[in-house]
Amino acid sequence: MAMNLLLNIEETVSVVLFGIGFTMLLLHQNLIKKIMGMNIMDTAVYLFLAAKGYIHGRQVPIITDGIQDVSAYINPVPSGLVLTGIVVSVSTTALMLSLTIRLYERYHSLDLDEILRGMRKEERL
Amino acid sequence: MSMVQNFPFFSIIIAMFAGIVSSVLSGKKARNLSLAMIAVTILLSGAVFYYCLKNQVSYTYMMGHYPAPWGNEIRAGILEGFTAAFFGAVMLLAVIGGMRHTRQDVEEGKQNLFYIMIDLMLSSLLALVYTNDLFTAYVFVEINTIAGCGLIMIRQKGRCLSSAIRYMIMSQLGSGLFLIGLSLLYDVTGHLLMSPAREAAERITAAGTYEIPMLVILALISVGLAIKSGLYPFHYWIPDTYGYATPTASAILSGLVSKGYIFLLIKIFYRVLGYEYVISSRIINVLFVFGVAGMIMGSVHAIMEEDMRRMIAYSSVAQIGYIYMGIGLGTQAGMVAAIFHIFTHSATKALLFISSVGLYEVSGGRKDYHSLRGAGYRNPLAGIGFSVGALSMVGFPMLSGFISKLLFAASALQSPHKMLITLIALAVSTILNAMYFLRMVITLYRPSMEPSKSEKGTGRNSWNLCLAIFSFILLNLLLGLGSQPIVGAIGDGLMMFD
Repeated sequence: MAMNLLLNIEETVSVVLFGIGFTMLLLHQNLIKKIMGMNIMDTAVYLFLAAKGYIHGRQVPIITDGIQDVSAYINPVPSGLVLTGIVVSVSTTALMLSLTIRLYERYHSLDLDEILRGMRKEERL
Repeated sequence: MSMVQNFPFFSIIIAMFAGIVSSVLSGKKARNLSLAMIAVTILLSGAVFYYCLKNQVSYTYMMGHYPAPWGNEIRAGILEGFTAAFFGAVMLLAVIGGMRHTRQDVEEGKQNLFYIMIDLMLSSLLALVYTNDLFTAYVFVEINTIAGCGLIMIRQKGRCLSSAIRYMIMSQLGSGLFLIGLSLLYDVTGHLLMSPAREAAERITAAGTYEIPMLVILALISVGLAIKSGLYPFHYWIPDTYGYATPTASAILSGLVSKGYIFLLIKIFYRVLGYEYVISSRIINVLFVFGVAGMIMGSVHAIMEEDMRRMIAYSSVAQIGYIYMGIGLGTQAGMVAAIFHIFTHSATKALLFISSVGLYEVSGGRKDYHSLRGAGYRNPLAGIGFSVGALSMVGFPMLSGFISKLLFAASALQSPHKMLITLIALAVSTILNAMYFLRMVITLYRPSMEPSKSEKGTGRNSWNLCLAIFSFILLNLLLGLGSQPIVGAIGDGLMMFD
C-alpha cells in the first residue's frame, strides 16, 4: 500500500493538506488562521483536481511545433475546472475577510471566543 | 421545438440580469425589479411545468453550440418545472412579507445589495433545479452559498456577523468534500455531463471495477451536500443563522436554500450514479440513521429553547431529518414522500418565520414565551398564520404536514427492514413537535396578565404582511387538500427523472 501512496503522490499530499486545512479551520480560534486553513483546504482540492489531468510524459496543452495530435498533450479540462474553483475560493476568502474586519471593528479582537463573549455581554445589556 | 422549451434558460438568465442591473439602481427600484422578475420566472416555470405535464415529456436543452457529451445542457421535466415554479412562489411571498423589515433593517445605501442577493439566489436555485451538468451544479452551489451569506450578513448586528462566519465555515467544508467527490467522478467516468457520466458509471458498476472509488464518490457527494443542507450532526450553524437574520432572509434560507442542495443530491442519485447502485450501497442507511437522529434531536433541542425564532430554526433541523429519512428508506415511494415534504416544509417554514415577525413586533420586540403571551389577540392575522404553520408541522389533517406524514408512513410499510424504526421515529417526533409547537400556540392565545401591554403595538399590519401570510396559508391548504394530483405529478416526474 505504501507503494500505491508513493505512486499517487499528488493525491496523497492533497489529502494530507486537506486534513491540515480542515483541522485549522475547525480547531483554531483566531479568525485569520481559520481563513488560512480554509484556503489550504481549497488548495488541496485543486491539487487533487489538477492531478487528474496529468498524463506522464506529455506536454502542456498549448500547440507547439505544429503538433496537433491529441496524444502529445495532457488533458486540459481539469485545469479549466481548477480555474473556476480558484475564483470561487477567492470570492469566499474576500467575504470572510470582510466579515473579519467588521467583527474586529466591533469587538476589537480576532479571537472567536472573545468575540462570542463580547456578543453575549452586548445582548445582556 | 416550441417556444416554451426555451423558458428554463430564459428564467435563469433574467434572474441573473436582474441582479446585475440592480447594482446601479436605487433601493426602491431594485425591489420593484426583483418582485417583477420573480413573478415573471414563476409564470415561465409554470408554463414549462404545464407543457411537460401535457405532453408527458422531459427534454434536454443544449446550451451553446456543442452537443453532448462535450457541451453543457439543461434539462426540464414535470418535476423540475413544478419545483422551479414552487420555489419562485415561496421566494416571492417571502420577499413581499418581509419588505417593511428589509427597509428598516438594512442601511439606506445598501438596500439594492439585498435585492441583488435575492436575484442571484433565485438564479442559482433555478440553475440547480434545471442543470444537467455536474460542474455547473458546483458553480451554482457556490453562488448559492455566497448569496446566502450575503443575505445573512446584510444586517450588521454582532450575532449576524458571527453566524455568517460559522455558516461560511461549514459551507466551505461541504463544498470541499463535494468537489473532491466530483473530481473523483470525473476521473473515473471521464464525463462531467450527467447522462454520459451515468452510462460510464453503469458500465463500471456492472463490471465491478473501481468498486471502492465509486463508494467513496457516493459517500463524499452525499456527506458534502448533507453538511450544506444541515443534516443532524452538521447542524450547529442553523439556529444562529436562521434565528437572527431579517425575516425574508430567514424564510428564504430555511425554506429554499437547503432544499436546493437536497434536490441536487436526489438528481445526482438518479441521473449520475444510478438509482439501483445507490440503493444497494450502505450510504443510504447512513443517511437514514442521521435523518432519524435529526428528527428526534432537532425536536429535543427545540423544546429546550426559549427564543421563538431559534425554536423554529431547530424545528427546521428536525424537518430536514424527515426528508433524509425519506431518501434513506430506499424506495420510490420514500423518495416521493421526501420530495413532497420538501415542498411542504418550504411553504410552512416560510409562513412560520413571516408570522413570527408580526407576533413579536406587537410584544415589544421580545421573543421569549412570557412576552408572547396573548400575542395572538394583539395581532390576529399573524396568530392565525403561526397557528396554521404550527399545526401543519405537527401533522393536523387538512394541512400539508398531514399528507407528508401519511406518505412517509405509507412508504415505510414497503421497506420491511426499516419499517419499525421509521414508524416509531415518526410517532415520537410528532409528539415532540406537538410539545413545543402547541405550547407556543397555546401561549399565543392565553390572555395576557398585563393589560397595558395589549394597548401598545396593536397597529394595523402592513398590507404586504397580510398578503404574504394569507397566500402562504392558501398554499398550505392547497398542498394539503389538493395533494393527490401533486403527488401524482411528482411520481410521474420521478419516473422521467433519469
